[in-house]
Amino acid sequence: MNNYSINIKPFGKRAILIEWPKQVNESILEDILDFSNSFQNLNLPNWEMSAAYNSLTMVNNIEDVEFKEMEQLIQDCYSKRTASGTKIQRYLWRIPVCYDAVFATDMEEVSKSLKISTEKLIALHTSSQYTVYGIGFLPGFMYLGGLPTELEITRRAEPRLSVKKGSVGLAGKQTGIYPQDSPGGWNIIGSCPIPIFDSKLENPCFVNVGDKIQFYKISKAEYDLRKIETEVGIYKLEKTPLNA
Amino acid sequence: MLKVLKSGFFLTVQDLGRLGNRHIGVPISGVLDSISVKRANQMLGNNANDAVLEITMTGPTLQFEAAAYICLSGAQFSATLNNKPIENHQVVKVSQGDILSYGRLESGFRNYLAVKGGFKTTKVLGSRSQYFPVTEKKCRKDGDEIPFDETVMFEPPISEVKTKNHFERDYLEVYRGPEYNMLSDKQLASLFAKPFTVSKANNRMAYQLSELIEGHESSMLTSGTLPGTVQFTPAGRLIILMKDGQTTGGYPRILQLSEEAICVLAQKKFGDTLTFKLL
Repeated sequence: MNNYSINIKPFGKRAILIEWPKQVNESILEDILDFSNSFQNLNLPNWEMSAAYNSLTMVNNIEDVEFKEMEQLIQDCYSKRTASGTKIQRYLWRIPVCYDAVFATDMEEVSKSLKISTEKLIALHTSSQYTVYGIGFLPGFMYLGGLPTELEITRRAEPRLSVKKGSVGLAGKQTGIYPQDSPGGWNIIGSCPIPIFDSKLENPCFVNVGDKIQFYKISKAEYDLRKIETEVGIYKLEKTPLNA
Repeated sequence: MLKVLKSGFFLTVQDLGRLGNRHIGVPISGVLDSISVKRANQMLGNNANDAVLEITMTGPTLQFEAAAYICLSGAQFSATLNNKPIENHQVVKVSQGDILSYGRLESGFRNYLAVKGGFKTTKVLGSRSQYFPVTEKKCRKDGDEIPFDETVMFEPPISEVKTKNHFERDYLEVYRGPEYNMLSDKQLASLFAKPFTVSKANNRMAYQLSELIEGHESSMLTSGTLPGTVQFTPAGRLIILMKDGQTTGGYPRILQLSEEAICVLAQKKFGDTLTFKLL
């Protein structure tokens, strides 16, 4: 197990921010999630944790925290963790995307600007296993790392007032799915028929930070079918345990 | 049921928020001015987390379809019950058919209507706080009915209190945020020297301030944000996240409002001015 030099900071009176070295890196993410797990195993009440890239935000929902005391506790918990602690099972999720022109409003422009064919673009986009580095911005919005460099493209000059729920976009080093209708400046290359977030479910978001995502191409007909399947609740997500 | 005859500008049901879902990007939501709500719920002998109505800027007209005891708190409106004036922080007995009308906004920005026993809308992820699309609807509309349990008899411990409103102050108490140290002397000077004006872009998600300070070029990896986090854009704009604010963000977090300061800000509107006071 790695031991990085971590930086523990107060974040108001009821939260603490822990920062790892400023890098987008799977072993750092793994270390953050491992620490988060160890801390949760201490069973201190009222703490809520969320990891993103190189940081962990810890919020106490009920009371003010004594920073000095917590800092020591966190440092001890971090350095005295044992590698034998229970690992959380992570999954690779296979997510269908329809790249049909009906949805892919910016495909032509992206293909022109990146100087690659639509076929090549889809092949590249579906080739990578993306790591979920964080969930935020909107409920169920995944920050995915691992985009092939050939697909890096700047955001649209003017954001759209409304991007449709399910839209799959490209922006900078990132790709992602809009979990709800939202304003947004990403270049839209397809749509995913599966809701990433559904507050009616007991587990509203099937993905966890640390999981991986791989997209696969479906036709418009298949898209319509998957959409109906999810609406009536018979669609089964495809997942494979990681490091099994 | 409480029947919404006219909803006003923005009417929502709120409790103290939706805990435990930050890791999947769900904002906490809940009442923006928890100090006012605590007072109203206490006066009715309610639990702290009992749901209230949050009324923003222009008030609704509401009809009670069952007997109840209510208490108003927060922004000052010229509210009436069956055309008779009622005050904030006063326990008022309401009979079936009575009409509560909010009238004109006099001070503050958000009023809270608490009812004995709390409003009983369906909980989503453990909370009644409205936040779309976690809840089906963003706010309440004309004709909506909001459930509560009838109360025929209640002896309030105190029937009325006179208090000075916390939101009359014109400063926000803040802590240093995680990226506070990036600020230059010049930026610090403008941050604390002059007042900032609440811009038109203000809602339950965030309050933007009109004045810019000298911008920056520092970049950071997306990281956690909280209600009350003051984000600092490269152009030098300050954006203060509120209870419906996103749980992560990529702008430096230079200041963090205290819970009390969030309550103060919740009662400010477009054009109001505020200074930051470091704790």
